[in-house]
Amino acid sequence: MSAAAVARETGARLAAAEASGLNATLHWSQALLDAEARRVDTVRGGALHGMPIALKDNIVTTDAPTTCASRILEGYVSPYDATAVIRLRAAGALIAAKANMDEFAMGSSTEHSAFGRVRHPLDPSRVPGGSSGGSAALVAAGVVPAALGSETGGSVRQPASFCGIVGVKPSYGRVSRFGLVAFGSSLDCISAFGRTVDDASRVMAAMSGHDPLDRTTVDRPPMTPPPPRRDLAGMRVGLPREYFPADLHPGVAAAMERTKAAIRELGAELVDVSLPNSAFAVPTYYIVAPAEAAANLARYDGVRYGPRKVGPGGDIHALYQATRGEGFGPEVQRRILVGTYVLSAGYYEAYYGKAQRMRARIAEDFRRAFAEGVDLLLTPTTPTPAFRAGEKTADPVSMYLADIFVCAISLAGLPALNLPVGRSEGLPVGAQLIAPFFEDERMLSAAAAIERVVAADAEVR
Amino acid sequence: MSWETVIGLEVHVQLRTRTKMFCGCRTTFGDPPNTNVCPTCLGLPGALPMPNAEAIRLAARGAIALGCTVHATSVFARKNYFYPDLPKGYQISQFDRPLATAGRVAFESPERGRIDVGITRLHVEEDAGKLVHDRFPGKTAVDLNRAGTPLAEIVSEPDLRSPAEARAYLTTLRQILIYAGVSDCSMEQGSLRVDANISIRQPGDPKLGTKTEVKNLNSFANVERALEAERERQIARAERGERIAQVTLLFNAGTGQVRELRSKEESHDYRYFPDPDLPPLVLAPEWIAEQRSALPELPEARRARLEIAYGLPTYDVRVLTSEITLAEYFEAVVAAGVEAKTAANWVMGDVMTTFNESGGFPVEAARLAALVTLVRDGVVSHQAAKRVYAELAQRPGEDPRASAERLGLVQVSDQGALASWVDEVLAAHPAEVARFKSGETKLMGFFVGQVMKRSKGKADPKGVQPVLQEKLG
Repeated sequence: MSAAAVARETGARLAAAEASGLNATLHWSQALLDAEARRVDTVRGGALHGMPIALKDNIVTTDAPTTCASRILEGYVSPYDATAVIRLRAAGALIAAKANMDEFAMGSSTEHSAFGRVRHPLDPSRVPGGSSGGSAALVAAGVVPAALGSETGGSVRQPASFCGIVGVKPSYGRVSRFGLVAFGSSLDCISAFGRTVDDASRVMAAMSGHDPLDRTTVDRPPMTPPPPRRDLAGMRVGLPREYFPADLHPGVAAAMERTKAAIRELGAELVDVSLPNSAFAVPTYYIVAPAEAAANLARYDGVRYGPRKVGPGGDIHALYQATRGEGFGPEVQRRILVGTYVLSAGYYEAYYGKAQRMRARIAEDFRRAFAEGVDLLLTPTTPTPAFRAGEKTADPVSMYLADIFVCAISLAGLPALNLPVGRSEGLPVGAQLIAPFFEDERMLSAAAAIERVVAADAEVR
Repeated sequence: MSWETVIGLEVHVQLRTRTKMFCGCRTTFGDPPNTNVCPTCLGLPGALPMPNAEAIRLAARGAIALGCTVHATSVFARKNYFYPDLPKGYQISQFDRPLATAGRVAFESPERGRIDVGITRLHVEEDAGKLVHDRFPGKTAVDLNRAGTPLAEIVSEPDLRSPAEARAYLTTLRQILIYAGVSDCSMEQGSLRVDANISIRQPGDPKLGTKTEVKNLNSFANVERALEAERERQIARAERGERIAQVTLLFNAGTGQVRELRSKEESHDYRYFPDPDLPPLVLAPEWIAEQRSALPELPEARRARLEIAYGLPTYDVRVLTSEITLAEYFEAVVAAGVEAKTAANWVMGDVMTTFNESGGFPVEAARLAALVTLVRDGVVSHQAAKRVYAELAQRPGEDPRASAERLGLVQVSDQGALASWVDEVLAAHPAEVARFKSGETKLMGFFVGQVMKRSKGKADPKGVQPVLQEKLG
């Protein structure tokens, strides 16, 4: 199929999705898609030739606004393209749309967008997960085969699990953050959604590799799409007992049992491991990420770009107060306040210092588990299937706990992915595979093997 | 009551790089506003910092020149505060793990002779932009050309005991940093800035008094004046039995007074934390050693060498080394064949005058050497040479001899010409001739002067005297 035809069909699907009220896109146009198609025609070959890919709206591009679903960046157009976008285009991909998200990637349901919540593609009363909910919904709804999201504490794996698609978070430092609007810089990773492990792997491979513009990228060769494994013979897959609590949602528990059986049938050995400090991952995350976010979001002050509100009094403090007070939504303001508090004089050690030490212990748990001979870890991605819209918005902590199984991995900087492994009462359930640092390929090839034998669309009991 | 003054200085110097601390933008001074900017130094969404290796090299070099220990690992930290000239809402600096600590600078105190001042730390950071208040009526504009300019902050121990001592230390510090090639240290262009901390105490009291910080010091002379004003203010308060509050003050060079800017209670909580965009800065011991061996000759060493190698008086050496370019020029003149003391006299005289006016050396060392040779060979007089020098300064590339000839300053030693000038002078002054002949021999000088005058300075004075002697004898 020609790139022009891909652009037309993608445009038609985006229009239909929009008409259905999915609310998954923030910016797209047929004209831009057609321009992408013309550009793709000039690219020879490429691993992603003619593949339309949606971008979370916190990845900057020059031809459409990048708003992070925030009023404070309404209408903002970047003068440069993110490294990941440049690499995807070089591989022949078409940038299809900018996807809705939780404001500044803060949230687990994509209800915190300034431009309205995203609907779950299978049940509009439910959330698609977050914060990359728009990207996940577009892939799950069949609008695009792949999309980019971003992870700070599970924002791709968790919505992938809710939506029943593949979501891959790379090792920290494998994909350039240059052009990803920063939230928690030590945690942020551009990550990929795909309907299959293969699609997601090819997108990851095309984006990965050292970038001189990002000092935190690791100077090692880019990812290579792994050859699919026929089986998992000789592999040891660890089951961290802290990730299988007694009160796990029965549908999730059943899907995990089926996945474990499949892995065993593929020839891998399942072993019990312990990651005791993962219990502290959510509180640790909610100190580290807001601290970094408070600094990262200080630049949105109305001085250089974005809507400026002058405020009463007309002095610079009034300008800051009005611009930021009206520009940021409540969840973003909450995290800025938390982040400012945990870094303030007299509290630094009690919060930020302690959280950094806990982060090191959480990472050490994983290192030890892998050092003791485990090749991969398997856990549920989320404690429950997709919850209903409005269910957790009044109670931020209950929302934060939706990320209880994904947070620790982000703190440890490890590669992990969500693989759909069944449905519970019609809603997707996901399993999480976690690999040692820089063993993204091992994780992807094992996931491809499991993907072939687990029926993701089958109801579990 | 007698009081002891305790002063410590925080000095920011701009590192002499072509590009900014964390991006590739130029650091050129005086370009049109907001022309040397990019996504990184503008703090645009998604942009990241990339450290400038040259800035780190220069900072390490500066630290070594100041006797500091350069640490194998240092950490960039974010210093958080809101200000319209600060694009990211934080400044990338270093906090609890600076590049270098524990240095020492020896200098000549006007009161205490040669003493050491401790250097607490030297760290690397980026500069902010600047606010422009006079461009748009009633509005403030922001120019971010400076934003991201690489700086080294050099913090001294509270080892200074008077405003004059503070100034002397600054002069030495500046000299060292210029010699080391670390910074231009130009206060006019903002490449050297000083904040001063000052307190007073009873002599012998081991405890430090409450310090205040004086800012807005735009010259070394004003550092001294501001500290004198603040010392007087503190002493007056203390003697009235009033408490000295920890405040930040601004110096007004017009009035010579300090004015309170803000009190410590209203001061910022900068909420420093390690910058997650930048891994710790790791410097290999071999690299640090390399910087040490690559360090250019520092002022102290150069002074010692000039004294020994050229046998110059201490005073001359100090003047010649006050600016590295002056010292380099002097040595170039000597290398071109001029005797050292003669070269020193020229450099400290006419050369220094043009240097102070223009900041440069319009008469290159080779041309000055050629001019000095003309004096030595009796082609031009010393007085005439000074006129030739002034001419050379105006005419790039002109040969000294050609200049002297064009100005008619080449001395005449032709016996015939000299004899006719002498005859004319003797004929015009019969009374003086008579007095000379009756024994008033000190009139010889008068006759020589008259001959010089008549020849319009062209007569070679060394040739005139024998001719006079002969005619009067």
